[in-house]
Amino acid sequence: MPLHTKKPRSPTSVSPGGSPGAILLGQTCLHQGPGQKTSLSVLEGMGFRVGQALGERLPQETLAFREELDVLKFLCKDLWVAVFQKQMDSLRTNHQGTYVLQDNSFPLLIRMASGPQYLEEAPKFLAFTCGLLRGTLSTLGIKSLVTASVASLPTCKFQVVIQKT
Amino acid sequence: MAVCVAVIAKENYPLYIRSAPTENELKFHYMVHTSLDVVDEKISAMGKALVDQRELYLGLLYPTEDYKVYGYVTNSKVKFVMVVDSSNTALRDNEIRSMFRKLHNSYTDVMCNPFYNPGDRIQSRAFDSMVTSMMIQVC
Repeated sequence: MPLHTKKPRSPTSVSPGGSPGAILLGQTCLHQGPGQKTSLSVLEGMGFRVGQALGERLPQETLAFREELDVLKFLCKDLWVAVFQKQMDSLRTNHQGTYVLQDNSFPLLIRMASGPQYLEEAPKFLAFTCGLLRGTLSTLGIKSLVTASVASLPTCKFQVVIQKT
Repeated sequence: MAVCVAVIAKENYPLYIRSAPTENELKFHYMVHTSLDVVDEKISAMGKALVDQRELYLGLLYPTEDYKVYGYVTNSKVKFVMVVDSSNTALRDNEIRSMFRKLHNSYTDVMCNPFYNPGDRIQSRAFDSMVTSMMIQVC
C-alpha cells in the first residue's frame, strides 16, 4: 500500500528559499533505504487494524451517516477526540473526493522542537495515524488513500483521497 | 426466545449463524438468506430520509411456521438477523432492541480483538456464550 503519491526529485528536505517545503512520507524513504519503507508500511498496517476496530466501536451510539462529508466530520471530531483528546483544526474539501485535514498542534509531534529541525523524523510518527484514518474509513465503507505532509512541526496535514470503485 | 441468530457481513456472507434446535437448520439458513433482500430494500429506501438506528420488522415470513424475523444494521453495514418463535407471547419491541444492542456490543468486542481478522467467521467463545444466553430462555 503506497504511503505517498509523489516522489520528490532532490533528497534534501528543505527548499533553497529558506522556507521549508512540504515533506511527503516518501522523502525519508529515499534517505534511509528499503528498511525504513518496510517499517513505515508495517506501522501503517497496524494503524489500519486499530482504525477498523475504532470504526466499529466509536459510532456505536450515533445515528447512521448520511453522506461522505458526515463521515469525515466524524473523523475530525469524534475519532480525533477519542485518540488525541482534541479536535482536528480544519477540514477542507474539493467536493470531488479529496479532503485535507489539518492539525495545527499534532500531539505526536508537539514534543519536538517547532519548525523545520526534525522534518525528517516526522514520517515515523505519522504513518500509524495515516493507517488509523484509512482503517476507520474502511470500516465505515469508504475506500481511501491517506497521506500525511508536514510543512513545519507541529502542524501537519492529512490528505484523504476517496477511491471510487 | 430467539430461535436463530445470524451476523451477516457487509458483502452479504455470513460471519456467524446459529440455530437453537439443531434439526431444520437449513430452513433457518434459507429464511435468513431471503430476509437479506428485504434488509437491502429498507436500507436503500431509507437512504435519503432521516436515518435512525434502523430496526426491521418483517412480520411473519412463513405464515404456517409462525416465526418472526427481525433485522438490525450497524454503521459498518454489518447486519444482524434474528428469528424468533412467536408461538409463545409476542416479544415486546424493547426486548428485541435490547437483544440487538447486546449483539452489537459483543460484535464490537470481537472486532476489537487484535487476533481477529475482519471478514473471518466469528469463533469467539464470549460471543457464543452471549448468543446462547439469548436462545436458552425458552425452556
